[in-house]
Amino acid sequence: MTDLAQLVPYDEALSRYEPVIGLETHVELGTATKMFCGCPTTFGLEPNSAVCPVCLGLPGSLPVANRAAIEFTIRIGLALNCSIASWCRFARKNYFYPDMPKDFQISQYDEPLCTDGWLDVDVDGRAFRVGIERVHLEEDTGKSLHMGGATGRIHGADYSLVDYNRAGIPLVEVVTKPVAGTGVLAPEAARAYVTELRDLLRCLGVSDVRMEEGSLRCDVNTSLAPHGAADWGTRTETKNVNSLRSVERAVRFEIARQAAVLDAGQKVVQETRHFHEDSGSTTAGRSKEEAQDYRYFPEPDLVPVAPARDWVEQIRASLPELPAARRARLQADWGLSGAEMTHLSNAGAVDLVSATVEAGASPAEARKWWLGELARRANESGTELSQLAITPAHVARVSAMVRAGTLNDQLARQVLEGVLAGEGDPDTVVEARSLAIVSDEGALAEAVDAAIAANPDVAAKVRDGKTAAAGALVGAVMKATRGRADAERARELILERLS
Amino acid sequence: MAAGGAGMARELTRLTAAEIAAAVAAGDVSAVEVAQAHLDRIVAVDPDVRAFLHVAGIGALAAAEDVDRKRAAGEPLGPLAGVPLALKDVMTTTDMPTTCGSKILDGWRPPYDATVTRRLRDAGVVILGKTNMDEFAMGSSTENSAYGPSHNPWDLTRIPGGSSGGSSAAVAAYEAPLAIGTDTGGSIRQPAAVCGIVGMKPTYGGSSRYGLVAFASSLDTPGPLARTVLDAALLHEVMSGHDPRDSTSVDAPVPPVVAAARHADVSGLRVGVVTEFSGGGYQSGVRARFTEAVELLESLGAKVVEVSCPHFSYALPAYYLIAPSECSSNLARFDAMRFGLRAGDDGTRSADEVMSLTREAGFGAEVKRRIMLGTYALSSGYYDAYYGKAQQVRTLITRDFDAAFEQVDVLVSPTTPTTAFPIGERADDPMAMYLADLFTIPSDLAGNAAISVPCGLAPEDGLPVGLQIMAPALADDRSYRVAAAVEAALQERWGGPLLAQAGELGEQAGGGR
Repeated sequence: MTDLAQLVPYDEALSRYEPVIGLETHVELGTATKMFCGCPTTFGLEPNSAVCPVCLGLPGSLPVANRAAIEFTIRIGLALNCSIASWCRFARKNYFYPDMPKDFQISQYDEPLCTDGWLDVDVDGRAFRVGIERVHLEEDTGKSLHMGGATGRIHGADYSLVDYNRAGIPLVEVVTKPVAGTGVLAPEAARAYVTELRDLLRCLGVSDVRMEEGSLRCDVNTSLAPHGAADWGTRTETKNVNSLRSVERAVRFEIARQAAVLDAGQKVVQETRHFHEDSGSTTAGRSKEEAQDYRYFPEPDLVPVAPARDWVEQIRASLPELPAARRARLQADWGLSGAEMTHLSNAGAVDLVSATVEAGASPAEARKWWLGELARRANESGTELSQLAITPAHVARVSAMVRAGTLNDQLARQVLEGVLAGEGDPDTVVEARSLAIVSDEGALAEAVDAAIAANPDVAAKVRDGKTAAAGALVGAVMKATRGRADAERARELILERLS
Repeated sequence: MAAGGAGMARELTRLTAAEIAAAVAAGDVSAVEVAQAHLDRIVAVDPDVRAFLHVAGIGALAAAEDVDRKRAAGEPLGPLAGVPLALKDVMTTTDMPTTCGSKILDGWRPPYDATVTRRLRDAGVVILGKTNMDEFAMGSSTENSAYGPSHNPWDLTRIPGGSSGGSSAAVAAYEAPLAIGTDTGGSIRQPAAVCGIVGMKPTYGGSSRYGLVAFASSLDTPGPLARTVLDAALLHEVMSGHDPRDSTSVDAPVPPVVAAARHADVSGLRVGVVTEFSGGGYQSGVRARFTEAVELLESLGAKVVEVSCPHFSYALPAYYLIAPSECSSNLARFDAMRFGLRAGDDGTRSADEVMSLTREAGFGAEVKRRIMLGTYALSSGYYDAYYGKAQQVRTLITRDFDAAFEQVDVLVSPTTPTTAFPIGERADDPMAMYLADLFTIPSDLAGNAAISVPCGLAPEDGLPVGLQIMAPALADDRSYRVAAAVEAALQERWGGPLLAQAGELGEQAGGGR
C-alpha cells in the first residue's frame, strides 16, 4: 500500500507532470430480459430466482442474442457519434471464476459493434472532446458474496455465495480513447465525462444508470509523464470506481501517487488497482505480468451480428434530444450563462431543475434550492442529488409556498429537512411541524407588544429615532414565534407602535 | 398378443422402424409390446454389448402406453409413434441422467430436455435409455468412456466405433431400431460403418444442438442411426428443423429426406470420387468393397468421375486444432460449482483448488489431452498460427467442396479406412485413433451432409465396410437417394440386409435363439 504521507501534493504534481486519463464504463442495459436468454433483469430479486439453464451455463444450453440489447447498443453508439459495424461477431473471453457460469464470458473482442466516436464535455466552462474508442456488448457475471472475514473480499472469507441473477444481464462497455490535455482539470474532466455519459444513457432510455446498484461502473486509467515528454507514461487501471465523486478522487489520488513514484526515480507499474471509498486511495491489484490470457476466439454458438443499414438509420432517426442539445435549449430558456449551466450540469441537477420548473417553479427558484440547500445536504450525506429522498414536485411546492408568503426561506429549509427525513410531502411537514408563517395579525401584534414590553431599552432607542435598533425587536418576535412570523410585517408593526 | 411369446418378441426386435410404426398405427401390435420386446432384448444382450449407460424401462413403457392410449382415442400419431429409440448420453433428458460418458457428470440429472429429446417425445418415439459414448464425444471407439467400452455386435472383442458407439451397437444388436448419435468428426458415420448400419450426419444446423452437451460447437451435429436408409430418413425428419433456441440452427424446411429414401434412383446422377482419398492407408478389403460400390453406382446409371479436393489432406490437422480449441472453452464450465462432480471440497480448500482437483479427477486422459491442445492453440501469440490458420484451412476445404459440387451431385468415399479394430489396439496411440476419421472430417469442417451406408464385408476379417455419400449443405436428400439405391441393389445381391450376415448374439436370459 502506498504510504499516504509520500503522496505529492496535487498542485505540485501537476506542476511537473502531465496526466493522461482514460475511462472504461460498464453499463447494464435496461432490457426486460437477459442478453442470451429470457430471464428477467429485475434488480433485487431473491438470489438465484431469475435463472435458467442458459444463464446458469448448464451443459447443452445455448445462447440466443437479445435483439433489444443490440438495438440499445446501436443507440448508444449513434449518440456517441460512432460508426456502427455492418458485420461483427461475439467472442469468448475465457477465464475461470465461480461467478462466471460458463467459465467464459460472451463479449466482443476485435470486432466491436460501435467504434470511433466522441462525447463533448464541459469542465469549468472549458470544452473537451473525449474520443470514444469503442462501444461493445457483452454479458454480466454473477455476483459473489464473500461471507465471514474482515474485508468482504475473497481472501480471509469463511465461504462464498454466488447469486446468478445478474449473470447474463446485457452489459455495454464504453471505452474512451486516451484523454490528454486536461492538465490540472483531469479529475474534473473524468467526472464530467462520466456525468455526461450517464445523462446521455439515461436520456436514451437504455439503462437506469444507478451507480450505487452497479448498473453503471467505471474503471479509470491514469498515467503521468513529465511536461514536454514525447511519450505518455505507464498507466494504471483503477477498477470499480462506483460514484461520480470517486471517479474524481481516484484520478486525483493516482496523480499524486504516481508523481511520488516518478519523483523517487521509480517506474509506475502497469497494473490494476483497487479504489477504497473510505480513504479515497488505491492499492495494487493484478500486475501486467500476472494478467490472464483470455484466449479470445469468435463465439461459435452465435451467428454474426449484421445490423441492416435501414435499421440503423431508423434507430438514428428515433434518437431523442440529447443532453448537450437539451442543455443548450434550457440554458437559453432559463437565461443562464454558460458557467451557470455547467455548474448545474456538473452538480447533476439539470434534470431535477427542469422537472421542478415543469412542476411550476421558476428556473431561479428551482436552481436556488437544488444548488443551495439540497446540494449542501447531498454533500453532507455523500450522495448524489438525484438520490435525495425528495422529488422535483416537492421542491416546486415549497417554492410555491415561499412565493405565496406562507413560508420564508428559513421555514422552507425546515420543510425540506422534514421531507428528506421522510416525514411526508411539504404540506404534511408544514402541518406536522406547524411551520406556516403566522399571518394572524392579532397573534403577531401580541408578539410585538410582548417584545416591546420585554425590551424597554431597545424600544426607547427606537422611539428616539434609531430605527435600526428595531432589528433586535424583530429578532425577539421571530424567536417567540419560532421563526414563523413575517419579519417585514413585524418590523412595520414595531415601527408603528414606537413612532 | 397373448400367444406370441418369446418368438414374437424376437420378431418385433427385427422389424424396421417403418414396420413398427405401421404395425402400431394399424393396431397389429401395441407400442407397449414393442417397447417390452426391446427392453427384454436389452436385458438379454446388453451385458455383453454394453451399449446402454442407463435403461429407462418404466419411462419407456409409460411413453409407449401414452402412444397406445392416443391411438385408442383416435388421436393422430406421428410417423414414428411407438418406435423405440436409443439416445446418445450427450443429449439432456429430464427423466434420465446425462453423463456424456464422463465421471465429471456422474449422476447429473438435467433440469431440461434437449430440443431433439423434446421432439422425439412429442412424436411418440419411445426412448429406451441412454447410450455409451467416448467421453464428451472425443474418440472413435467408446474406449474413452469412463464407464468402459461398448462392444461391436459383429465381434464382441472389437470396437463399435465412436463416439456414438453405444448407439451404433444398440441398433446393430437389435436392442433398438433407431438411435440418435452426434457427429463432430465422424462420430455417427464411423460407428455406423463399423457396425454395418446406416448413419447420417445432417447439414450443420439442420438439427438442433440445444441440449446437446457441446464438444466443438461449430462442428457438433445430431443425426440418426438405423438399420435401413428409410428408417434413418424417418428419424431425420422427426428430429430436425429450425429451433429458435439454437442460433446456428438453419431456418429452412427440412430437406425431403423421406421422399428421397423412397426414390432409390441414381440414373444420370454425377458421382465424384475424391482423388486425395485414393492414397495409401486403407485396409485392402475396405478398398475392394468401395471400388465395387462405385462400380455398382455406375451400373445403376450414375456417371462417376474423379474430383480433386486438394485441401482435404489438411482436414485432419485443421480439425485437431479447431475441435480441441472449442472444447477447451466448452468444457471449462465443469468446475464443480453448479452441477456434477465436486472433488476435494473439505472446507479447507479454495474454489480454485476444488476446480483443479475436480477436473483432475473427473476428466479422462483424452479429454485432458484435447483441453490442453486447445488451450495452447488459443493462447495469445499462438492463435494466428494455430486456430486462425486452421480456420483458413477450413474455408479452403469448404471451397473444395463448392468446386466439387459444381462438377458432381455427390462425392463418395469409404467411411473409414479400416473395419472395426480390436478393443485396446489403438488405445495408447491417439494418432492411429484419429486416422479413423480421415474421410469423415472434411464434411464436418464444411458443414455439409454425409451418410454412411453398408457396402459389404471385408473378406480378410468378415467385418462391415461403410460407403460414405457426401452431399452439399441442405441437400441432405441427395445422400439419402444415393444411399437408398446402393442399399436396394446390394440387398438384392445379398438376399437381405447386411446385418443378417452377422452372427447371432448369445442371449443371456429368455433364450431367444
